[in-house]
Amino acid sequence: MKTDRGETLLKARTGFIRTKGERMPTQSCEADSVSGSVSQRACVYCGARVVLNPITDAVHLVHGPIGCASYTFDIRGSLSSGAELYRYSFSTDLKEQDIIFGGERKLAAAIDELVQKYHPPLVLVYSTCVAGVIGDDLEAVCRAAAQRHGIAVLPVESSGFAGNKSEGYRVACEVLMRLMEAGNSPLPAMEPGINYLGDYNLAGELWIIGGYLRRMGVKLNAAFTGDSSLKALQTAPAAAFNIVQCAGSMGYLAKRMQERYGIPFFHVSFLGLQDSADSLRLIASATGDEEVMARTEELIAEEAGQAEPFIQAYRDKLSGKKAAVYVGGGFKAISLIKQFRELGVEVVMIGTQTGRKEEYDEIHNLVEDGTVILDDANPAELERFMSRQGADLLVGGVKERPLAYKLGVAFIDHNHDRKHPLSGFEGAVHFAREVYHTVCSPVWKYVKQGG
Amino acid sequence: MLDSTPREIIARTGAVINPAKTCQPIGAMYAALGIHRCLPHSHGSQGCCAYHRSHLTRHFREPVMASTSSFTEGASVFGGSANLKTAIKNVFTLYNPDVIAVHTTCLSETIGDDIPSIIKSAAIPPGKMVIHANTPSYQGSHVTGFSNMTKGMVNYLAEASLENKREQVNILPGFLNPGDMREIKRLTALMGVPFIMFPDTSGSLDSPMSGQFNMFPKGGARVEAIRDSGNSSLTLALGEYAASDPAYQLERKCLVPAVVLRTPIGIQATDALIMALRQHFVAEVPDEIEEERGQLVDIMTDLHYHFHGKKVAIFGDPDIVASLTEMVLSLGMKPVHLLTGTPNTSLGGAQGNFEATVTAMLEDAGLAGRVKAGGDLFELHQWIKNEPVDLLIGNTYGKYIARAEDIPLVRVGFPILDRGVHSYLPVVGYRGALRLMEMIDNALQDRVDRDARDEDLELIM
Ligand code: SF4
Ligand code: SF4
Repeated sequence: MKTDRGETLLKARTGFIRTKGERMPTQSCEADSVSGSVSQRACVYCGARVVLNPITDAVHLVHGPIGCASYTFDIRGSLSSGAELYRYSFSTDLKEQDIIFGGERKLAAAIDELVQKYHPPLVLVYSTCVAGVIGDDLEAVCRAAAQRHGIAVLPVESSGFAGNKSEGYRVACEVLMRLMEAGNSPLPAMEPGINYLGDYNLAGELWIIGGYLRRMGVKLNAAFTGDSSLKALQTAPAAAFNIVQCAGSMGYLAKRMQERYGIPFFHVSFLGLQDSADSLRLIASATGDEEVMARTEELIAEEAGQAEPFIQAYRDKLSGKKAAVYVGGGFKAISLIKQFRELGVEVVMIGTQTGRKEEYDEIHNLVEDGTVILDDANPAELERFMSRQGADLLVGGVKERPLAYKLGVAFIDHNHDRKHPLSGFEGAVHFAREVYHTVCSPVWKYVKQGG
Repeated sequence: MLDSTPREIIARTGAVINPAKTCQPIGAMYAALGIHRCLPHSHGSQGCCAYHRSHLTRHFREPVMASTSSFTEGASVFGGSANLKTAIKNVFTLYNPDVIAVHTTCLSETIGDDIPSIIKSAAIPPGKMVIHANTPSYQGSHVTGFSNMTKGMVNYLAEASLENKREQVNILPGFLNPGDMREIKRLTALMGVPFIMFPDTSGSLDSPMSGQFNMFPKGGARVEAIRDSGNSSLTLALGEYAASDPAYQLERKCLVPAVVLRTPIGIQATDALIMALRQHFVAEVPDEIEEERGQLVDIMTDLHYHFHGKKVAIFGDPDIVASLTEMVLSLGMKPVHLLTGTPNTSLGGAQGNFEATVTAMLEDAGLAGRVKAGGDLFELHQWIKNEPVDLLIGNTYGKYIARAEDIPLVRVGFPILDRGVHSYLPVVGYRGALRLMEMIDNALQDRVDRDARDEDLELIM
């Protein structure tokens, strides 16, 4: 049977969808999308750009035709307390003749102009599909420019066809390693601090966590990469340990830093009250400092004490509602299941774009029987399972928002377009409020009447 | 954010800073959504497709469906023929559209995939169609892409099957919002002239809430209608850049005479549309339209002193900027900076001459101004620093300049990512002109109120 709404699923897709409690082969994931699918996935460049974009004092120059740059013109809600240069959109805007004769000269000219105009300490040159195919030697152009100007100029080898967004994260992490290597060694003697990996300061989230660390008495060397500068990033190798929030994008960097600088790391999550408290305790005990631990307990008591009445109030309104979750990485998906539980909301459908096998296993352990789990879903699948599972709310990214609305389902953006910080105790309250605002809006009444 | 833009203007050769355009495929994707039961298909890496869908979704606040060939490393070396064939097969199986509209991306263009021959050898179920357009982004802009996909519709679908032409008009609306397309259809229907509009995204990207998700909403030009466009006695192309090329193609292919008009924004351009319909079809202009026009003129006279002499900068797509320039001139304003990101002319695409057209308008009005095609927002910002304006008209990206220079911004064009409703209500026609006047007037008068000292605050303005 075939219908518009994609009732038939391609055979090739069956391994990517499973229902907890039913016997099925293990979850397939980390594969390329099928040709001809309406995939929600993005490309290598997108992944690399997401990770590196918050370096605020860099010129982010996209070497390619105009589009790749236009679509990333200040789209991330990463906030800065200093430089604003990262919000500009720079492109070499490759034209026909560049495609034929190569774009290296134009690229070199672009770097020269931008350096003269803005005097940045760092230029990042992103490769796109076209730059990759015409074979421009970004490495050489960057090296020459670095010598000419005496600043760091690094290529980001992010041609889009060479994988998906996860590959882009890896590419970005390699660039970050090179940045640190390029920093002046020996490192300045400094008191040991920690690095925080995988927070992009969306809506100011890093500032919340940074505030907690300060109150605990833990020094933050560098955040990767929210509100960062080249100089701050180059202090990272001196850290005592790394904490990793977004494992999807930064797990790789943590491993590389461990190999190279011997910096141990562990994972944290600041989504929801419980995960936030657990993570802060973990950090405190890793410092081995009794005073820090004591201050941390005080902080948790105070912050959680302030947040709980709000959470309780929202829980009263929301309890029994059902949520569907479709986010980028598996780690976030896991945290969201727990956070929804704090609000009395059951997750009935959950999927990721790039989750890894271990993460899917953990998701499977966490959810109730009957929950549908999917990898790299297309809109028809999302629609079908959201309706079938009776979801009241979808958590997703930009392309899922209107889809949810069309179905008369409430929506939360847990991605680029988020408007409030969702991290920490404060963030948990924001999150609960956002869920409440959307799920309990009177507008849904009219949908049901009209439909 | 743009506080560091320097005032001094230096020629640049390498870098575009803060683009005022985007790439062809997004225009092609949008145009294809203006065919009923059509799925746009992006032949390239999945990243491009994801970006285009996200961007359209943010502007229209509607689901935007499109499939991708999902190129990988292999395809970039050996060509994407196998990917496209698999994709065509999968799309028909999975989503069952009536038409797949393939557009290329920079990548497949650079590799040199020969789309027509791939389509010929693909397995296409009976009654279904695959059409295509070449849309390399290193030429033109998103406007060119829109034009090229419209031309693709002519190439694949239009047919002159009758001996004599029918008394009906083809309307190629150009890259406009669904609300605008609706308004142009309403005016044409009021004139009593049978019409075929393509592409037509009304009902497709402004569809009502039904509590259901329809992969293929009710709207869009029907394939049979586009086919029949070859039998019409006239094509009106609204906009040099977004519509003239397909109109001329239809003239060549099916001998339907083409007339190129401006995008009907403002009183003059709307008059031109109504007159073209009246002359060609000997139609009476109905009272209803006379009344709308009369109301517009009435308001223009009522408020003219709010507008006169105000300096304005306008940027965006070339057809829209040209018509807006004409419109603000009719209100006595002074458009001093006029910029589009779309190159003035481009190979294998839309034919227009933005710089000449707009410069002539200024000359007629006895004004001098800066006019540029293929510019970027950095340059526009520098112009404004050198010669300040009272108002900026353009898309959402204007907000940085508006803030840095503390000038009001009226949002018109594509994309608008930070406000809603705009895609539902028209800026074209006499009603659209009225709406635009209200928007401009509110922006200017709100500013006067905001800046007034306590003792100067006026009740009546
Ligand atoms: S590669 Fe070309 S088609 Fe793809 S986003 Fe970039 S400019 Fe647009
Ligand atoms: S061309 Fe490549 S790098 Fe650019 S958006 Fe498309 S997939 Fe991504």
